[in-house]
Amino acid sequence: MEFIAHIDIMPLDALLDPQGKAVSSSMKNLGLEEITNVRIGKHITLQVSASSKDEAEARVDDACKRLLANQIMEKYRFELEETASV
Amino acid sequence: MKFGVIVFPGSNCDHDLIYVLSEILGNDVVELWHKDKDLKGVDFVMVPGGFSYGDYLRSGAIARFSPVMESVIDHCNQGGYAMGICNGFQILCEAGLLPGTLLHNTQHKFICKNLYLKPATRSTIVTSSLDSDRVLKIPVAHGEGRYYAPDDILRQLNENQQVIFRYCDQEGHFNSKANPNGSLENIAGVTNAGKNVFGMMPHPERAADKLLGNEDGKLIFKSILNSFVGA
Repeated sequence: MEFIAHIDIMPLDALLDPQGKAVSSSMKNLGLEEITNVRIGKHITLQVSASSKDEAEARVDDACKRLLANQIMEKYRFELEETASV
Repeated sequence: MKFGVIVFPGSNCDHDLIYVLSEILGNDVVELWHKDKDLKGVDFVMVPGGFSYGDYLRSGAIARFSPVMESVIDHCNQGGYAMGICNGFQILCEAGLLPGTLLHNTQHKFICKNLYLKPATRSTIVTSSLDSDRVLKIPVAHGEGRYYAPDDILRQLNENQQVIFRYCDQEGHFNSKANPNGSLENIAGVTNAGKNVFGMMPHPERAADKLLGNEDGKLIFKSILNSFVGA
């Protein structure tokens, strides 16, 4: 089975996100004062082959833990989408 | 004493380190290519600054999985010495050899200038020969140097004297104004629990040659050398 994983990696809530803060303040300049608390992370997609959805989930989780996210500063979540095998 | 300086694609302070350690301080120095696993019998591994692998994903995240790093991890786990400067510090944190991590500077700008720091402990070979009251002027050049560790880790670092350098002002006072990047408690450098792995954001190798008008950085390397001679 083939899956595409859609992974979101975000800075931990407790940590200052300078990029998000700068974008938040520029919202005011656009006249969009109602938009606040912008936080910026990463979106990663990848393809994974596995014999089941559970196995694919375990593989992607391993990739997130070991490389894609640094859990001292980031949190992650992902969704798997099954695609047609090539 | 034999030093090894790791060379990753994107390292740019490797030759500064090699020059200081060999030409100025008279040690044997070998380059360690990131694809090799052989540490060539070095006593001390230096992980230089730069932008290894273009800082892709996170600074140091990809370099940490280079073949040479497997050997560096084994070397350190057996008590061998290693020190990372700037990007090297980020790599050693990503490798789990040093506690904590380095986040984007608070103001999200790359900072490249001379700063002041003081040793926070003399219980490590990197700081044992330094004068605790002497302010060192050392340049920094980083965009991601905001040291962060969760509360429990930070407490351990303080209790075990694992903070090796803190940013201070020219007079030697630790205060928020002297903190260039938002690092927790002005931390500029740390060591691991075994005190055989070190990391610091400032660049002592850029302040170790008389010709450059600042030799404060040389004192740090000399501290390491003195410890080995004394051993």
